[in-house]
This record gives sequence, structure tokens and C-alpha cells, in this order.
Amino acid sequence: MCDKCGQRPATIIFKLMENNKKTEIHLCEECAKSQSELNFLHEPLFTFHDILAGLFEPGGLLTGSPMPQVKVKQHCPNCGLTFSDFRRLGQLGCGECYKTFAAQLLPIIRRIHGSTKHTGHLPGELAAAGLSRRLEDLRQKLREAIAQEAYERAAEIRDQIKALEAEAGAKKQ
Amino acid sequence: MSLREIMSKTLSEWMKGTGPESDIVISSRVRLARNLEGIPFPGVAGEEQLKTVVEKTKEAAARQPLLAGADYIRLVELPVLERQLLVEKHLISPQHTKDVKYKAVVVRDDEALSIMVNEEDHLRFQALYPGLQPEEAWRLCSRIDEGFASLLPYAVSPDIGYLTACPTNVGTGMRASIMIHLPALTMADQMKRLINAVAQVGLVVRGIYGEGTEVLGNIFQISNQVTLGRTEDEIIQHLLSITRQIIDQERQARRRILQQNKVRLEDKIFRSLGLLTNARIMSSQEAMQLISDVRLGIDMKLISGLEPRILQELLVMIRPAHLQKLMGHEMEAPERDIMRATLIRERMKPHPAK
Repeated sequence: MCDKCGQRPATIIFKLMENNKKTEIHLCEECAKSQSELNFLHEPLFTFHDILAGLFEPGGLLTGSPMPQVKVKQHCPNCGLTFSDFRRLGQLGCGECYKTFAAQLLPIIRRIHGSTKHTGHLPGELAAAGLSRRLEDLRQKLREAIAQEAYERAAEIRDQIKALEAEAGAKKQ
Repeated sequence: MSLREIMSKTLSEWMKGTGPESDIVISSRVRLARNLEGIPFPGVAGEEQLKTVVEKTKEAAARQPLLAGADYIRLVELPVLERQLLVEKHLISPQHTKDVKYKAVVVRDDEALSIMVNEEDHLRFQALYPGLQPEEAWRLCSRIDEGFASLLPYAVSPDIGYLTACPTNVGTGMRASIMIHLPALTMADQMKRLINAVAQVGLVVRGIYGEGTEVLGNIFQISNQVTLGRTEDEIIQHLLSITRQIIDQERQARRRILQQNKVRLEDKIFRSLGLLTNARIMSSQEAMQLISDVRLGIDMKLISGLEPRILQELLVMIRPAHLQKLMGHEMEAPERDIMRATLIRERMKPHPAK
């Protein structure tokens, strides 16, 4: 029987290979057609929700890592979302949620992006603050590199600092 | 130009087959996700809050020189078929056609710039250029973003950047993607290897039925996975340099096939041309594969008398909403398959192959 409409017999089988797991989807001809027509899009097919669910599953990426204990009934003061709502929806409720659930979110963000530090564009007055923060980070890295006698890396960092300082100077003018 | 005129225009700028590397790269897109400060994201916001977002963004859009003459359209005002047309033109996402009450769209007349309001985030800016031009797309997106930022305070943190409904977009909020036609690499059975290689450098290649599966019309999308910890320029340059390597590999694969298997390749291409110019019933899926073959034949100078841009044109024109718009009435799948075959024959007629 067709997996989509559940009415007509399935005549077409799609085989999907994802992460070495084989999934089969059985469709009738009609549903298979509408399926194929929907699809030349820029949009991804799997959603973050699916990935997130995978991370929390037993054996998923996040089960082994030290997850901070989630206070069961912690609500975001701005929108009322709880962390279990986030796990269910795969989405946060508002900008404040990032502060409310920082302890739980940062490991997830690090998993996804390999970083928890924004280095890109920022609007208006935040841009200046962001730039000086990045400079501060780089100067710290430079000190560390010199302390470790990693001079090649230190030279790279020094060039990055120079470029950022030039950027900051250009913005002021 | 009004949205109505955009709807009636079948050919978008990006379909005209111009732009750098247009023999292999179809389009470059940059999307920025932004949210207004203090207001819950659309998935959680109440009606009043969504209404506020609509009002504020409508006012801000009206004050953008970059959007001069573009209408701010509420999705509820559009018939279902026209919403679908916008999806097929890559101007809105399929998600944006559902629960439309407080959703809106702004589209500039050249379709290079568009905005979705109240999709997953309050604002999704999109710049769409033909060929390989992600830097240009980023610059345009960044200008409209700054235009809005000066009027509306965003949800942003100096530490983790722009705050988005989904943590996969946090930071730059930027997703840059390249739509690319890779028939020779597909024929040479190289896509799986390529998809794995690209995944290791933080990019994603997507096909139609998910990763690792065969793709409709040999068209793939390459985009950045990571949005945090790298600057926008770094993300774009990285995508650009990997895409250039893929283009190079595709060109090499085309040369190899020509040297080793010319007759087989010609046979495949001319069979496909024969089907396209003669068939009476054609599904989207079959059509896309055949059109891809013919486009390869044009690019490799095996077929003459056809313009390369038929791939881009037909890619959009044979899709259900465009077919129905063209015919002026609604059609079920079997009727669409007949009309699709007719349309393709017509499109190929004035330039018969040698």
C-alpha cells in the first residue's frame, strides 16, 4: 500500500541512503508523480528538527557529551517557551531564548557550527563593539601563540589583527 | 512593476542563461535571516505580534530605494496557484505558502531581490543571480539588510550574532547556495565521492530525494552548512573556491567522456532529443533528465540550433503551476503530462536539430 495516501497499491519504491541507513518509501504512481513535481527547489529536504531529534536519540551525537541538567520547568521570560518545547519544535521562541537556555543551547550550537563565536557582520553600533571584542580575542590568541613559541601561527594572527584594525579605522572615517 | 506583472512574466532574469560559468552554474543565491528585537519568532508569536511584524516591515520596505516600485503583498491576497508560481520561481519557500494569514512577500521587478515576511524568521532577504555570482548576491542582500537595520532594531547578540528561530542559522543568518548542472560527473558515477568530499569542508550538496540519491535533471545545490564562527566573506569565498573546483572536475569529466565514449554519449543525447521532440506524454521527472542530456549536448557542441538557456527556461516552465498558468486553467497530473509534452515540443520546434 502507498505510504502517502494509504489508498492505492504502491508500485514505485524510492530507496534512500542516508548515513549508511537504508530507507524505503513505497508510493503509488499518482503520489510518486506529485512527489517528483514538487521537488526542484533550493530548499533542503530534511529539517533541523530531524537532525535535532537525531542528536538526542540514544547513540546520537549529544547523548555522550556532558549535557547540562535541564531545569524541567524553566520558561523563557519573554515568550514562555520551555526547553522541551524547543526539542519538540526544533525552533526557539524568541531572541531571549538564546539567553534563557544558553547553558543547554551552546553545546548544540557548537555541535552544529564548530564555534560559538560570531565573527561576521553586525548592525550599527554593535558592529564597533563586535570589532573590538574580536580584536581582544585575537590579541589573547597572539599572546598564547607567542608563549607557546608558535611563531608561524603568531604571524598569521598578527596579520589578522592588522586587517581588523584597518577595518576599524575605515569605519570611523 | 507590480507582482501581477511578475506573475505573468514567465522568464525571470536568472533564467536567461547569462552570468559567469553559465554553461554549468544555473544560479547563485544568498539568503539572510533576521528577526525583530523583542517580538517572538513567527512559529511562536501570537496574531497581534505577527500583525505588528507585518506593519513594521511594510513601512520599512516602503522606505527602501532598492525596492522602489515593488509591491508588498500579503499571501492571503494571492490565489493558491499564484503562491505556487512564486515557489516555482524560487521567490518563496514551499513553507511560505502554508498558514498564510500573516505572511507577506516583496519582490523586486527583476526578481533578483525578494523578501519573505513571517516565514520561519520575521525577515528572510534573498538575492538571486544567474550564473556564478555569490559575491554580487551577498552585496545586494547586505545592502537591503542595512536598509532595514537602520529602521528596525534586530534580535542580535554581539557574541552569537543574529538570532534565528533555528540554531542552524544563528550567527550570520546567511545561507549561500549555488545551483549547478553536473551531468558528466553524474554519468561518471562521481557524485557520491564528491558529496562526501564537500561535506568534509563544511558544505552540503543536496539532490532531490536527499543526500546520496540521484537528482532530477542532474541539478545539485551546494550551500554552506555553517553560519557561525566565519565571516560572510569567508563563507562566500569558501563556497566559491569549492564550486570552482567542482566546475573544473565537471569540465574534465566532460572531456573524458568525449574522448572515451563519444558515440555512446551522442546516442544518449540524440535519443533524449528524439523523445523531447516527439513524445506526447511527459512527467516532470522524465523531462528534466532528457532536458539535462540535451543541454549537455548543446554545451559540448554535439547539438546545434538550440540555445543553452532552454534548460533554465524549461526547468521552471514545465512545473505544475507554470503549466496551469500558461494554459489558463487548472489541470490534474495526467493532463499536465500531456500539456508538458506539447509545450516542450513547441519550445524546441523553431530550432530543429541538424
